[in-house]
Amino acid sequence: MTQSIWRMPRWFHQMGSPKWFYDFGGILQPWFAVAAFVLLTWGVVWGLAYAPADYQQGNSFRIMYVHVPAAILSQSIFLGMAVAGAIGLIWKMKLAFMVARSCIAIGATFTIIALLTGAIWGKPTWGAYWVWDARLTSTLVLLFLYAGVMALNQAISERQVAGKATAILAIVGTINIPIIKYSVEWWNTLHQSSSFTLTSKPSMPADMYLPLLLTVLGSYCLFALVVLMRTRTQILQTQSGTSWLAQHRDITGA
Amino acid sequence: MYFESLDALLNMAGHGPYVWSCYGLFVALLGINIWHARSQNLKALKQAKALVRRNQ
Amino acid sequence: MIKFMLAIVRRDILLVARQPAEMINPLVFFVLVVALFPLGVSPEASLLSEVAAGVIWVAAMLATLLSLELLFKLDHDDGSLEQLLLAPYPSWTLVLAKVFVHWLVSGLPLILISPLIATMLFLPTHAVPALMLSLLLGTPTLSLLGAIGAALVTGVRGGGMLLTLLILPLYVPVIIFGSSSVAAAAQGMAVDGYIALLAAMFVFALMITPWAAGSALKL
Repeated sequence: MTQSIWRMPRWFHQMGSPKWFYDFGGILQPWFAVAAFVLLTWGVVWGLAYAPADYQQGNSFRIMYVHVPAAILSQSIFLGMAVAGAIGLIWKMKLAFMVARSCIAIGATFTIIALLTGAIWGKPTWGAYWVWDARLTSTLVLLFLYAGVMALNQAISERQVAGKATAILAIVGTINIPIIKYSVEWWNTLHQSSSFTLTSKPSMPADMYLPLLLTVLGSYCLFALVVLMRTRTQILQTQSGTSWLAQHRDITGA
Repeated sequence: MYFESLDALLNMAGHGPYVWSCYGLFVALLGINIWHARSQNLKALKQAKALVRRNQ
Repeated sequence: MIKFMLAIVRRDILLVARQPAEMINPLVFFVLVVALFPLGVSPEASLLSEVAAGVIWVAAMLATLLSLELLFKLDHDDGSLEQLLLAPYPSWTLVLAKVFVHWLVSGLPLILISPLIATMLFLPTHAVPALMLSLLLGTPTLSLLGAIGAALVTGVRGGGMLLTLLILPLYVPVIIFGSSSVAAAAQGMAVDGYIALLAAMFVFALMITPWAAGSALKL
């Protein structure tokens, strides 16, 4: 993509400035931290100790309150990473590549959590730690996708090139995710006799459903917090030569 | 609370180990991530300060 | 533009002809992997015929992966890749031409030898046409998707392993539908749906991958 054919509105252009992101992100960071802590603690305590047990699964269904947010975040973070990469490629915004890079580790973490909690949940529910059901299998493939992006990012030594390459890979991966999910689900119906789904759909009473909402929102806040932190770290690492950083409060200590 | 006692909370009618290990994983892995992000940030800040001081 | 592509095809074929080993290797690998299954698992016809579809497809995928690393590497190493990218033609033409030769060299022989392989694994003969058709649609798709990975890791140390890691998730749908079509044919069921899906994936890959790989090469 050599020519950008979309013109940027001014606010968009401003968002691409590392200095603006560093300062504004620095203001937002503590708020996201507090929000994440409050929402997650509230949701976890409610879900663990106060929500009623499920009729079929008993108390093991409480795993849902950590499994479902992890699963949701694992997929939306990959999508967000691809979007950030696309923005970087189309508008040649270095900051966008930094944001994309910040998503990799946290996204992979949520995927691992989703996989492990899904497997542990499977034991009391189906009697086995691992079953090749559609959801777990596609989550596993998603983890491989994350691993690929992570490996590619580390293998290329030039930061700029690494950012672009991982952006391309993330975009290709995102396009493939629906195809992979569809094919795995289809494959699963062919081989699996049980049609049990890991999460019961929200025809749940409110006091079962609300803690889930809290943990999902809290997880998103945590994700935002980590992305802000990691992107600001990358800004510090790459902008050390600039005058705005040299005169910044954080450096001079004023 | 749904459970009558702390013991019941920990045991969860036999499902205790599963539920608590999952929540533990959730907290631990995310905590590691946040801690790592923070330590990287502080390290970068220190290096940036050193670089600026050297350039002056 | 067509002349450019044809020139590249001719050049690559000539390069391969000078080193016939490059052409034999994927084939031998394919047959070897398939032969290892009865050796490693069990030579029982009933067991082998059940897994034949999947084993053949996974072996074909591995053979394709084996030869993918060289797709751009040789040209990158001697600097000719840079020169080719400077040509006044879009990079996707270069990718398409090279992928075509790659498929000729690694995919086509697999398709041609597949009836023989089917016999080794006791795949029912009435499933062989489906096998060949699925491979005919699937191996180009594998080559195309692999080109993206190969383009991304050009010039990276240890690229071979990384390449495998990058592409395998993308291969999952192709493997699933490829082997399912053969398994369905073996059981006497209709394969139209699977073949249609494989064809759709091929067309989709054909549209997207040359562009994506071309952009990756220019990095």
